[in-house]
Amino acid sequence: MTELTDLGVAAIRDGVRAGTFSAREVAEGFIANVSKAKALNAFLVETPNHALAAADAADAARAAGETLKPLAGVPIGMKDLFCTKGVPTTAASLILEGFTPQYESTVSANLWDAGAGMLGKLNMDQFAMGSSNETSAFGNVISPWRRSDGGNAPLAPGGSSGGSSSAIAARLCPAATGTDTGGSIRQPAAFAGISGIKPTYGRCSRWGTIAFASSLDQAGPMARDVRDCAILLEAMSGFDSKDATSLDLPVPAWEAGLSGDLKGKRIGIPKEYRVDNMPAEIDALWQQGIDWLKDAGAEIVEVSLPHTKYALPAYYIIAPAEASSNLARYDGVRYGLRDLPEGAGLQDMYAATRADGFGDEVKRRIMIGTYVLSAGFYDAYFTQASKVRTLIARDFEQAWAKCDLLLTPTAPSSAFALGEKSADPIAMYLNDVFTVPSSLAGLPAMSVPGGLDGAGLPLGLQIIGKPLDEQGVLNAGLALEERAGFTARAEAWW
Amino acid sequence: MTDTKYTIRGETGDWEVVVGLEVHAQVTSNAKLFSGAATAFGAEPNTQVSLVDAAMPGMLPVPNRECIRQAVRTGMAIDAQINKWSRFDRKNYFYADLPQGYQISQLYHPIVGEGAIDISLDDKNPDAAGKRIGVERIHVEQDAGKLMHDQHPTRSYVDLNRSGVALMEIVSKPDLASPAEAGAYLRKLRSILRYVGSCDGNMEEGSMRADVNVSVRKAGDELGTRTETKNVNSVRFVMAVVEQEAKRQIDVIESGGRIIQETRLYDPDRNETRSMRSKEDAHDYRYFPDPDLLPLELDDAFLEECRASLPELPDTKRRRYEALGITPYAAAVMTAEVEAARWFDALLDKGVAPVAAANWTTSELFGALNRTGKDIENSPVSPDQAAELLGLIADGTLSGTLAKQVFEIMLETGQRAAAIVEERGLKQTSDTGEIERVIAEVMAANEDKVADYRGGKDKLFGFFVGQTMKAMGGKANPGVVNDVLKKMLG
Repeated sequence: MTELTDLGVAAIRDGVRAGTFSAREVAEGFIANVSKAKALNAFLVETPNHALAAADAADAARAAGETLKPLAGVPIGMKDLFCTKGVPTTAASLILEGFTPQYESTVSANLWDAGAGMLGKLNMDQFAMGSSNETSAFGNVISPWRRSDGGNAPLAPGGSSGGSSSAIAARLCPAATGTDTGGSIRQPAAFAGISGIKPTYGRCSRWGTIAFASSLDQAGPMARDVRDCAILLEAMSGFDSKDATSLDLPVPAWEAGLSGDLKGKRIGIPKEYRVDNMPAEIDALWQQGIDWLKDAGAEIVEVSLPHTKYALPAYYIIAPAEASSNLARYDGVRYGLRDLPEGAGLQDMYAATRADGFGDEVKRRIMIGTYVLSAGFYDAYFTQASKVRTLIARDFEQAWAKCDLLLTPTAPSSAFALGEKSADPIAMYLNDVFTVPSSLAGLPAMSVPGGLDGAGLPLGLQIIGKPLDEQGVLNAGLALEERAGFTARAEAWW
Repeated sequence: MTDTKYTIRGETGDWEVVVGLEVHAQVTSNAKLFSGAATAFGAEPNTQVSLVDAAMPGMLPVPNRECIRQAVRTGMAIDAQINKWSRFDRKNYFYADLPQGYQISQLYHPIVGEGAIDISLDDKNPDAAGKRIGVERIHVEQDAGKLMHDQHPTRSYVDLNRSGVALMEIVSKPDLASPAEAGAYLRKLRSILRYVGSCDGNMEEGSMRADVNVSVRKAGDELGTRTETKNVNSVRFVMAVVEQEAKRQIDVIESGGRIIQETRLYDPDRNETRSMRSKEDAHDYRYFPDPDLLPLELDDAFLEECRASLPELPDTKRRRYEALGITPYAAAVMTAEVEAARWFDALLDKGVAPVAAANWTTSELFGALNRTGKDIENSPVSPDQAAELLGLIADGTLSGTLAKQVFEIMLETGQRAAAIVEERGLKQTSDTGEIERVIAEVMAANEDKVADYRGGKDKLFGFFVGQTMKAMGGKANPGVVNDVLKKMLG
């Protein structure tokens, strides 16, 4: 018999509804898996009681003959960027150690309202800044995947939503929330052989989600298949009057709209995404993806996104600029860490608190951001980057005249070894080369597993869509998924 | 304007003063600019603080439409350009009273552009030439919290009640040239804000405070280097800052020094300004567009609603009063404060004669309020009661003297004028027979003076009027007394 913990969101939901198994059995199965997987360091806080309470509520509702909620009986993992009422929330930073919110983020509240339960808070790159989880103040998450060469080098789960990707791939939860500022859902999904979608900017409320770069941050689901992503995204999305950038639009029935038939769709292949030194395996997978989409009935067209090469530099100006301001509130005055040296004044307290509380990568970005906003540099950096951002958005708009969706690789490599790139920030930043442009343009984009590379590690394909066309993105993702037949999973070693 | 320009005599000659004011006016609103927290003055510390105001992790600002509306209405009241597209920027700096680590303000694209305020340079003489003071812009921004240094021997406490409260920053052009002009501008601005209802103008409670930019120059010279004296909280202090700071700058320049651009503080106890920080250690505020907020776009319907909700403003009202025949002085006095104007408009609505009503209000009512230390909102006499009194004067029931008596009784007892007249028999008499009888008695008792009068001492006429009125207990109609006296004295 299949283990309950091998089931995805839809299967769990349907099984609980049908009474094939109880929600409590499901929750207990995942709770057991979580407790056995400490070696992955995917969870910062475990909340079995939250998951069990939601499961019991689902079972009771079924026993009472009530209509079950959309996610009744589904336990999930919650990235530690989402504030959860009564549950410590740190964004994986020492500066928030001991902070327990008295409020629930809109996205997590939406999920609990839909019947989901929480298995725990997932580790991540500190303040969502990183592509490998090595910037977490509480130790890096380790990918459940290992290279097939027999070496035991611990691999990066991707980042920043690396706790989410690792936990899903290791069957510690069927799905999890992620957040994506420049690729933080899609790149870890690709590294871990799972799916993840970043919706159009404004679909998911940012209220109660710890900010990294406000104009880019978007929450989204990560799960093992496209259908599960659609189910979760429906529950997470929706207008929120507490977020001024929230889109006041109804949430489409994405799951009901799923179809892998792409007849009449035109898929654009952006030529600028053929970057130098890209591994041949990734190029080959990209070609394979093109063939799969053709097979699904789509027409393939080559398109040009001429400003692509400026996206990464622009992103690494805009995101740190916003972060330098967003993170100013962590000052030791009201909550979290306070380091007040003997006899110190206010300025000393700020300096000591922030020096102790923030990790190196966070400090690096605060300094970059402070620099690019400074008098005398603002126009050369921030203004210029903002113009580039507009041009990149225009590139996409022009591409939509020729196609409905874009297909690209998700990341320029498979999972790298922990420590391999941590000494070289630029090499690390290059991980985001394919994901950043759609973030700058606020477009929906998704990564689905395409296959394994020569070392036996997962590779992802990315679908980028027009604003608000999550349905198109999910459907193309489904078409790829149906043809890729990705069933590989990490052998349990933890 | 007075012919002689305001100058300060220094050792090297006369100096002109150039002043610009940045007025921070707290927007009248039940809720803060970006959160739903309350804004009442004087609440217990940290009782009016939302999660947003305390900058808890993940909290987001959402603009409060009422605050935006008040800023737009204020802009319209000074004939300013209203920008249908504006944007919020973050002003970044660290301080313990600033939870976010930045203030949300509007640097690059303020909601209100250029406008103007007309000031009168002589309150007692509204016919004196006025001056038009340019307003550069009005933008909205968040207030900071407050540090409390007197709660603990070694620690400071933070009160976030004010944190996030909406302010309008109203920036004048450097068009002010004297302490008097600065004072007149501030009073006029305060008056307009109170008419519009966008700020209560209460400087004691900090609802309005000014940053005073001052520089000096010789006539015809380029503008001098300015200093900015922060957070001055009364009209009197603003005027004092202009004078003291100008004098200080002249002293510095004339003794060979140089004015440095700096921020200063005013010490009212010593009546002097003191350096706070110079430009060299000024903050780099790293302004940039707030990514949590979309640009503010105002549609025509909203602007129309703002315009339609504006009350009659002081200058228009003053001109209307003058057109009714009211003296410019009385019109100016009655329109300076919105409460007085409202009271007087209510009186006019009762159908009283405007000129008589204005004269009575400015002399009798304002005099009584001054004497009793009351303001017009707490006037013991309502417009309705005043209209009744004025009616009794107009129809001849009461003479001016009797009216004064009746008014005193109204103030003491709260009774209505007609009731007082009825009860105390204070009605004026125009009964010629009765008046003739009394005058005859007065003439009989003063035969010598009658002879003197008839011998050419015309001035004695007043004596006879006085004696007659006295004998009649002040109730005689003075006009009738005059007529009869003239006839009888021959």
